[in-house]
Amino acid sequence: MTEQTTTTVEFSEMLPSVNPYVRFLKVFFGRKVVTFGFIIIVGLLFSALFAPQLAPYDPYEIDLDKTLLKPNWEHLLGTDALGRDTLSRIVYGTRTSLMVGFIAIAIASSVGMTLGLLAGYFGGLVNMVIMRLIDALMAFPIILKALIISALLGGGLKNVMIALGVGLISVYARLMCGQVLSVRENDYVMAGQVIGASNLRVMLRHVLPNCFPPLIVMLTLNMGAAILAEAGLSFLGIGIEAPGAAWGSMVADGYQYLLTHPVLSFAPGFAIMLVVLAFNLVGDGLRDALDPRLRGMI
Amino acid sequence: MAVLLEVKNLKTQFYTDRGLVKAVDGVSYHIDEKETIAIVGESGCGKSVSQLSIMQLIQSPPGKIVDGTILFEGRDLLEYEANGDEMRSIRGGKIAIVFQEPMTSLNPVLTLERQMTESLKIHLGMEKEEARTRASELLSAVGIPDAEKRIDDYPHQYSGGMRQRVMIAMALSCNPKILIADEPTTALDVTTQAQLLELMTDMVARFKASLVIVTHNLGVVARYAQRLYVMYAGRIVESGTSKEIFGTPRHPYTIALLACVPRLDEEDDRKLVPITGMPPNLINMAPVCAFLPRCPYSTEKCRQEPWPDLRKLDGDGQHYVSCYVDT
Amino acid sequence: MGAYIIRRLIQAFFVLLIVTFLIFIAMRALPGDPILIFLGEAETESTTEEQLQELRKEFGLDKPIMVQYANWVIGVTRGDFGESISYGDDVLTMIAESLPITLHIGSLAFILSAVLGIPAGIICAIRRGGNIDASVTLTANLGICVPVFWLGILFIYFFGLKLQWLPIQGYTSPFDDFWLSFRKSIMPVFCLSVFTLASTTRQTRSSMLEVIRQDYIRTAWSKGLKEREVIARHVLKNGLIPIVTLKGFHVRLLFGGSVLVETVFNIPGMGRLAVDAIFNQDYPIVQGVALMTALIVVLANLLVDISYGWLDPRIRYQ
Repeated sequence: MTEQTTTTVEFSEMLPSVNPYVRFLKVFFGRKVVTFGFIIIVGLLFSALFAPQLAPYDPYEIDLDKTLLKPNWEHLLGTDALGRDTLSRIVYGTRTSLMVGFIAIAIASSVGMTLGLLAGYFGGLVNMVIMRLIDALMAFPIILKALIISALLGGGLKNVMIALGVGLISVYARLMCGQVLSVRENDYVMAGQVIGASNLRVMLRHVLPNCFPPLIVMLTLNMGAAILAEAGLSFLGIGIEAPGAAWGSMVADGYQYLLTHPVLSFAPGFAIMLVVLAFNLVGDGLRDALDPRLRGMI
Repeated sequence: MAVLLEVKNLKTQFYTDRGLVKAVDGVSYHIDEKETIAIVGESGCGKSVSQLSIMQLIQSPPGKIVDGTILFEGRDLLEYEANGDEMRSIRGGKIAIVFQEPMTSLNPVLTLERQMTESLKIHLGMEKEEARTRASELLSAVGIPDAEKRIDDYPHQYSGGMRQRVMIAMALSCNPKILIADEPTTALDVTTQAQLLELMTDMVARFKASLVIVTHNLGVVARYAQRLYVMYAGRIVESGTSKEIFGTPRHPYTIALLACVPRLDEEDDRKLVPITGMPPNLINMAPVCAFLPRCPYSTEKCRQEPWPDLRKLDGDGQHYVSCYVDT
Repeated sequence: MGAYIIRRLIQAFFVLLIVTFLIFIAMRALPGDPILIFLGEAETESTTEEQLQELRKEFGLDKPIMVQYANWVIGVTRGDFGESISYGDDVLTMIAESLPITLHIGSLAFILSAVLGIPAGIICAIRRGGNIDASVTLTANLGICVPVFWLGILFIYFFGLKLQWLPIQGYTSPFDDFWLSFRKSIMPVFCLSVFTLASTTRQTRSSMLEVIRQDYIRTAWSKGLKEREVIARHVLKNGLIPIVTLKGFHVRLLFGGSVLVETVFNIPGMGRLAVDAIFNQDYPIVQGVALMTALIVVLANLLVDISYGWLDPRIRYQ
């Protein structure tokens, strides 16, 4: 369902050819919202790397003389029940969110793509077993999956990353398996066999470039999903342990003081939304710039 | 014979992210009643766009008809709003079109009955049963066996050639005055092509309609079209009767096109000559003749002067050409 | 089509078996002894090793794991989901009490997202580039980013605490007090539906735009149909096919979201039950809830497959 109307196809043949990189950048940065998302992500990486320099206070320092301060010039977003500076904790929370997101999707994509490769390459029984396993994983909401896995492995940030990683495996497995199956049917793989190249190597050489555009888009969009899920888990009290700073648990902690100190819940939640928004915007932008035909598929 | 449709100075442009494309740039032509004409040119020369413009089927944005008049039954079609009542009564009712891609031009999730009867209901005000009977008659007429039953099938149950027959039946269902066939056979294999063209001209004759064949293949139209328009880079570069164009082609592009078509009536083994060079780049075109870079006859005047208008050639024919050189 | 559905049913059955088995092993591998949690710290001190063995036997925890699993499956087929370790209640009864609550809130959220999201997406696609499109698309882009639990807290603050329009906590069955139940469910339902509503709108929009570019839509225009007819007869049915997949996927998402929404609004639904059970390492409950969730998700996927056949003749005739 991706054929374009004939007129468009005719014209694109007639138009001057443009360097693909230039075209990519032009489309990508051509949209203001995408540029906005990109700037936010750069800003986030910056604040995660330089959290100690950027945070006005030590995010862990308990000061019982300064508990539950309203926002003021010294503490722009006030302090929590233990007298810790909210803004500083949000800045440090960037580290938690990004790290969990990065590692979770690294696990998901590497394990998922390996499973997909095995399923597609061997086919038959292996394919069936792997695919039913993926189906079984897909029968649960990610948050429930992650809850069970982190309950199984014990709390802690490390286990949350593993849990989310396992939770997100399926999309990558399916992408890889589909690509391998379609490439397998093609003649050039047979041509490769004739000249004596190893089957798997030939296949990977053809599969990986085809996988790349949807993969990069999925990775970006899944960053948002992983960060959102991590926030949900830490809101429920799973993941980071005191005194570490995670946005989800900050929202939960602030909930008790909602009537008097709404900023304690509002501010970290807003940070979550902004980050997820940034990754989604950039993901959409990448999709349009890399391959407009992916629109509607991912 | 009476002029049925007259297009004057039509200009259709597309606003793309890489620049303004003047797809149709001042095209004029006419169709007489019960006449078959052909519009010939290579991909992207604007021949399809010029036809879609008549029906106001140009997607906007990015496309826009910027100038021109299209006179049909005494009214200028371009005065009508694109999806307004008047224009809709023309589409499918007075002027119908068969598209290039039979595989994708029918809606995959609706039965042929639903797709065929809807124009009968709109334009002829038929009821469901009457429309169904009429539609299956039309299907029989275009050579679909067992049409009574097969009208309940879905498009994927038909082959490409069969689907194009369905498209022809659908287009002719409301007795249109003009049938536009936009590269109707390009996507099909050669034997089917000939059958379909034969069918189309037959049907058009039966319905006393005019036929416009849009094609890149001069060989296809030689037998059917009374008059030809040759388009290049959004303009008509030569027009005339089939006899004039095939007998004494005058524009270098037409000459080149004919040189790459095999002919059966030739005794000696003539060599087929491909046209050298690339089709023109439609963005930021120089004001000179667009065929210049590929033209073996070009002179200094061609490089200096703007693209010439069509001029009538000597004689009492209808032969026009837009070229400075007397080939 | 019939054979296809049967094949899918068998597949679904195997998926359920794998799901429950995975969870079964996972829960047994947990650190910590459920019996000790059952007894609580104080009692543990005073209980002898023999008594502990006795209790393990009572809950069937002394047998090999495969036997335990087989016993559980046999029990389930007879409607016996076992007893909760921490509460001692019958698991099926606990699920029967909490699942309707989750289904009540979840199905309203599901309907809301379809009823609002699909028309919104269609309007955006038809009026692409206009003001309505721009503002709806922006809202939808925000909607898929907002954390539900945070949105719930915002709602509680503004509509519950500040404006005092709506009750902020708990659940009332519509059969007990319809008006109160309605007022209590507004905020949870809306929170739960935000993500699915936004993604339905986005997907409908892009799917419609994809269909509008197709050749057969140009054919429809060339017949002289009105815009309304082109959209209703030709665009909609084709454009809805991917939406059906999405809505199937949303069933799963809504179960996930209900875990958070039920926590924020203190609703005694199945999501809340699951969270508590996981924290308490209450195997039988987790097991039962997992089976229920998977069952509903798998059934939803089956429905998606069947509606595919109904929407797309190319699949029906395969």
